[in-house]
Amino acid sequence: MADLVLKNVEKAYGEVKVLKNINLDIKTGELIVFVGPSGCGKSTLLRMIAGLERITGGDFTIDGVRMNDVPPAQRGIAMVFQSYALYPHMTVRDNMSFALKIAKKSQAEIDAAVDKAARILQLTPYLDRLPKALSGGQRQRVAIGRSIVRDPKVYLFDEPLSNLDAALRVATRIEIAQLKEAMPNSTMIYVTHDQVEAMTLASRIVVLAGGGISQVGSPLELYERPENEFVAQFIGSPSMNLMTGEVVGTGSETLIRLDSGGMAKSAIPTQVSDKGMKVKIGVRPEDFVETEGEAIFTGEVEITEALGEVTLLYFKRQGEAAQVVAKLPGIRPELRRQSVKLTADPKKVHLFANGKSLLYR
Amino acid sequence: MDQALMALLTIVIGVGGCVGYFWASNIVLDKVIFPARGLEAGRNISRANMVRPWLFLFPALAALGLYLAYPVFATAWLSLNRNEAGELVFVGFENYRQMFGEDKFWESLRNNMVWLIVVPAMSTAFGLLAAQLTDRIKWGNIAKSLIFMPMAISFVGASVIWKLIYDTREEGQAQIGLLNAIWLQFEGGIWSTVLVQDLARGGAWIKLFRLIGIAVGAGLIYVALSWALGAATAELPYGKPQFWLQIPFWNNFFLMAVLIWLQTGFAMVILSAALRGVPEDTIEAAIIDGANPFQIFFKVKVPQIMGTIVVVWTTITITVLKVFDIVRAMTGGQQETQVLANYMYDKLFVAVDWGVGSASAMIILLLVTPILVWNVWNARKEMR
Ligand SMILES: Nc1ncnc2c1ncn2[C@@H]1O[C@H](COP(=O)(O)OP(=O)(O)OP(=O)(O)O)[C@@H](O)[C@H]1O
Ligand SMILES: [Mg+2]
Repeated sequence: MADLVLKNVEKAYGEVKVLKNINLDIKTGELIVFVGPSGCGKSTLLRMIAGLERITGGDFTIDGVRMNDVPPAQRGIAMVFQSYALYPHMTVRDNMSFALKIAKKSQAEIDAAVDKAARILQLTPYLDRLPKALSGGQRQRVAIGRSIVRDPKVYLFDEPLSNLDAALRVATRIEIAQLKEAMPNSTMIYVTHDQVEAMTLASRIVVLAGGGISQVGSPLELYERPENEFVAQFIGSPSMNLMTGEVVGTGSETLIRLDSGGMAKSAIPTQVSDKGMKVKIGVRPEDFVETEGEAIFTGEVEITEALGEVTLLYFKRQGEAAQVVAKLPGIRPELRRQSVKLTADPKKVHLFANGKSLLYR
Repeated sequence: MDQALMALLTIVIGVGGCVGYFWASNIVLDKVIFPARGLEAGRNISRANMVRPWLFLFPALAALGLYLAYPVFATAWLSLNRNEAGELVFVGFENYRQMFGEDKFWESLRNNMVWLIVVPAMSTAFGLLAAQLTDRIKWGNIAKSLIFMPMAISFVGASVIWKLIYDTREEGQAQIGLLNAIWLQFEGGIWSTVLVQDLARGGAWIKLFRLIGIAVGAGLIYVALSWALGAATAELPYGKPQFWLQIPFWNNFFLMAVLIWLQTGFAMVILSAALRGVPEDTIEAAIIDGANPFQIFFKVKVPQIMGTIVVVWTTITITVLKVFDIVRAMTGGQQETQVLANYMYDKLFVAVDWGVGSASAMIILLLVTPILVWNVWNARKEMR
């Protein structure tokens, strides 16, 4: 059981505020993922929750108890570091039992906890080895095992998989998902750069940007209904295409004439007063479909990347506008240097004004 | 002035000579012996590259051979001979037998053993303490420089300084020796500290500070209760100036203090660098695991720098085994302070007994070698 509440939390290094107005409610059993561009303060926020960084403003509570000034060991948290942070001079067994020894648990209790964790993580054959005699993936499992034995209320992970190779990353990601499944009452907070990790693991994703929270929601919410341009472009790969235009028709569906000449229809409703408003439409590359009729976008394909199940089309830039990317099913290298007309389902056309989605007005 | 100029000239010639040798020999190798020209250019280049390391090592190897290797064998030979009116007479192990029969030799050996335990242990411990305490504070670097500074003082210079600290004047005269000056403050026994005596004097603030000082002092004494009790109940000659360097057995420790003072800086610098190298996240992991600062220090940091501690320890051990200057300058090995190196000096240059002198030199070599080998082995392991 662990409900975490952050209220107006902020972090300042001297004059510089790297985080401000962080409000977040985390319920027992959730797996929260922090994502955001490099340097946006993901690690800092995680370390504030861990107690490794001082909270310079606001309140942080776990189960209603204010934690701002509680030492890390008494917060009921465990942390898995990016670099594993194993004690190099201790065997796997000693690494895992260190916290329990410090807490003066009985030897029988320690052995039971370590053996159980080792079994879950398949580390039993390696218990008497030193960390340097383990592979990267095994080390990461020891780091996870070290947190499991303490039976914490909250698990914190700071980019735990980023030092592993691609195949191992997928395997360990699935292990973490299974681990979460096996411990439905533990709360986990997970920092990552990797979109796939975020989308597959998270019960909710927190997008951090510019020192604050940009949006909080389930992976699908963020994907289907981003609140702002930043989240729209951050989630999904390749990024959502943004094109400028002007509202020409309003009602339950909105008609937009684009500066590039195309016409777009969006399922987001607008009022009559919105007519003439400058907006940006957003279409994900995978939502584009080829058309013979009226097109949102028409352009010449500059480069194609056939990935097998899909082909990425990179269009020639038109003036100042950002490059448009489309993702079409199948293998389509013949489209290179061809002119292609694209449209999209109105339900998949996002509308933004001043960086905010019109869906949330 | 003349001597200073000579010294300067020597340095210039020495350094210039080295640079000149490497430069000139390199040119001769590349241009004259194996020129990178003509039909054999490629082969010449690779041959030159094979010769070059030996060329550059030659001065060091020659000097070491001349001044290190040869003397070892010569000394070994001398230790098996007796010098009779300028003639070497082979006597086998007679010199050793004679030496083992001397009390002074066994005293030196015993003292060396005590030095060997106390000085490296204390220097390393103080160095580690200083390295840890100065790690995170703003003026830590200043403190480190101050602790390191004695390293720049020669052993003899340090001995002179400490001789002044241990200096003794007649009773009744002003004591210029720091230790005696402090000692005389304990006139009525250990409890009548300067703090209590002067409590009546001074303004309110000074009194307050004294009270705090007494409180802190009392706390410390409480912690070291057994020690304090022993010191308090012992019949010590308080109030009389002491001839520190003439108190049998304990005077050894007053000499060791000098070397500890000198070596702590060395230990601190090396260990400080090692402590910095301990990964920050292992320390953070320990914090999260609930370790207190002492546990972090002893269970996480120290084990990770154990290799370096061993290297520092053995390096100081070797210095200690050769200790000579301090004993020579402060007591000359009198009053039971003799050590092997000074024993050797006495035999070799005072008594002019080459045989026994060389024999004692061989004993020192015998003691140093295993530690030296272990030290080099550890240092190489650290570097990997
Ligand atoms: N000690 C410090 N003093 C001043 N600024 C700091 C300090 N530590 C971190 N910062 C700043 O705080 C911001 C957040 O850093 P943080 O490490 O949390 O980023 P991050 O989101 O984890 O980035 P990454 O994805 O690269 O790990 C950065 O802009 C960084 O420059
Ligand atoms: Mg980070």
